Amino acid sequence: MQWETVIGLEIHAQLATRSKIFSGASTAYGAAPNTQACAVDLGLPGVLPVLNEGAVRMAVKLGLAIGADIAPRSVFARKNYFYPDLPKGYQISQYELPVVSHGRLEIELEDGQGKTVGITRAHLEEDAGKSLHEDFHGMTGIDLNRAGTPLLEIVSEPDLRSAREAVAYMKKLHSLVRYLGICDGNMQEGSFRCDANVSVRPRGSDTFGTRTEIKNLNSFRFVERAIDYEVERQIDVLEGGGTVVQETRLFDPDQGETRPMRSKEEANDYRYFPDPDLLPLDLDAAFIEKVRATLPELPDEKKQRFMEQYGLSAYDAGVLTASREMADYFEAVAEACQGPAKTAANWVMGELSAALNKDGLDIGDSPVTAEALGGLLRRIHDNTISGKIAKDVFEAMWAGEGDADTVIEAKGLKQITDTGAIEQVIDEVMRDHPQQLEQYRSGKDKLFGFFVGQVMKRTGGKANPAQVNELLKGKL
Amino acid sequence: MSLSRDEVEKIAHLARLAVRPEDLEGYARELSGILAFVEQMDAADTEGVTPMAHPVEASQRLRPDEPDEPDRRDRFQAIAPSVEAGLYLVPRVIE
Repeated sequence: MQWETVIGLEIHAQLATRSKIFSGASTAYGAAPNTQACAVDLGLPGVLPVLNEGAVRMAVKLGLAIGADIAPRSVFARKNYFYPDLPKGYQISQYELPVVSHGRLEIELEDGQGKTVGITRAHLEEDAGKSLHEDFHGMTGIDLNRAGTPLLEIVSEPDLRSAREAVAYMKKLHSLVRYLGICDGNMQEGSFRCDANVSVRPRGSDTFGTRTEIKNLNSFRFVERAIDYEVERQIDVLEGGGTVVQETRLFDPDQGETRPMRSKEEANDYRYFPDPDLLPLDLDAAFIEKVRATLPELPDEKKQRFMEQYGLSAYDAGVLTASREMADYFEAVAEACQGPAKTAANWVMGELSAALNKDGLDIGDSPVTAEALGGLLRRIHDNTISGKIAKDVFEAMWAGEGDADTVIEAKGLKQITDTGAIEQVIDEVMRDHPQQLEQYRSGKDKLFGFFVGQVMKRTGGKANPAQVNELLKGKL
Repeated sequence: MSLSRDEVEKIAHLARLAVRPEDLEGYARELSGILAFVEQMDAADTEGVTPMAHPVEASQRLRPDEPDEPDRRDRFQAIAPSVEAGLYLVPRVIE
């Protein structure tokens, strides 16, 4: 039988506020345990939550960026369950009336086709603390610094049809929240994590199969591997005559498999009800318009502009706008280089990205600044050096040997553009290779490349290639 | 609507309340009585009425996003049954 995969993602993005969603405790990452957990976060008796305006703005910002409805009135609800890293015994979330609903995100598939993925809703909620199960004399250690950190849970429609589509969607959303400045996107620190709902059904069927939920996927690669494994597993179960059990599973990256989570008893009976400690959140048009005015240029708009303004291909523009930092870097190089933007694009996507990858650096930490790279490209455009030599100069700049002009000067890499000097080398080459010269003159055109190579070799690659070509043609 | 003994047991478990088996019948009767009392509201026609999220006719006040809570860990942990290395210690939650 032919099977079709159906996937919906729930993504939790930690909002980049300075204080918590319902208290004035700091959200800074990495503080000593429980030093940023105040009475509200601890759920002490008599405390009251007060909603953080920054968190609301950020939720609205995402809603506007995905063309969603912003609820004029949304309501906070209690989601009840017991776990030691949730001191109140309930998580404040939104249930029936979320702040954002009915959005959509355009993703690009591998074949270059576009696809619109529906976003059912995005709601505000608080994060829980952390449980440390290492050995504290058989006890569990609880750090509540994270308790009360604002989260935006972004729930997609079951529109995704493969693990790769799921990853494309997740990457697009990851890029978007960082563009908007509402989440730092740090997946290792858990700022952006994903639960995947996965099911399969016979191709052509219009009803959904039973789904399983894979929890806490914190890298793009894990999302892809976990979903691929889970799809295979479900198909095996069904083809073996069994039925898929609706359950929560965890992905084990070491074994490359998903396993049923040890069931917290009655885990799904959350008994939601409106939180009496919080009044409904009313947002008027003025508030929403004020947030709209703070929207930056979004990835899709930027990509379009890069294609028009710089004459880049859709592919190049897509790569360069994948993150705001990369896009800003490229634009600074394009301006500083005073030459074709395509050269700047090639360098940013080629040499620079390769060097960053190799050293495991983010573009913000590049030892070669955009202005410095622009300065190097300027020396290609004005024929001071060739593109090939420029790569050596770049390496030296990367190693901290100074800007392009300093390196070119110190290493004597300046291109030879003196016609007399090049002609002299050509004469030497012709003299030393009479046989090849004869063959060339008797019609073996291919040998032209041999002569170019010899001239470049003798000049240490510094002769201007265009001039060499032209002079050689005349001489030969 | 009336609650069975089993349902009361389940609700008690969800709320982590210890109820003696001999008390279950009594609770089932009393809780069923409360539900029956509230059920009278089902008679009201609520067609077109927006569900009320809060009895107070007001909307949520927002707080500026500024950290203003000092670290008072020592005071909080002074009343905790068990702490170590800044962590609250609780009975182990995973087997």
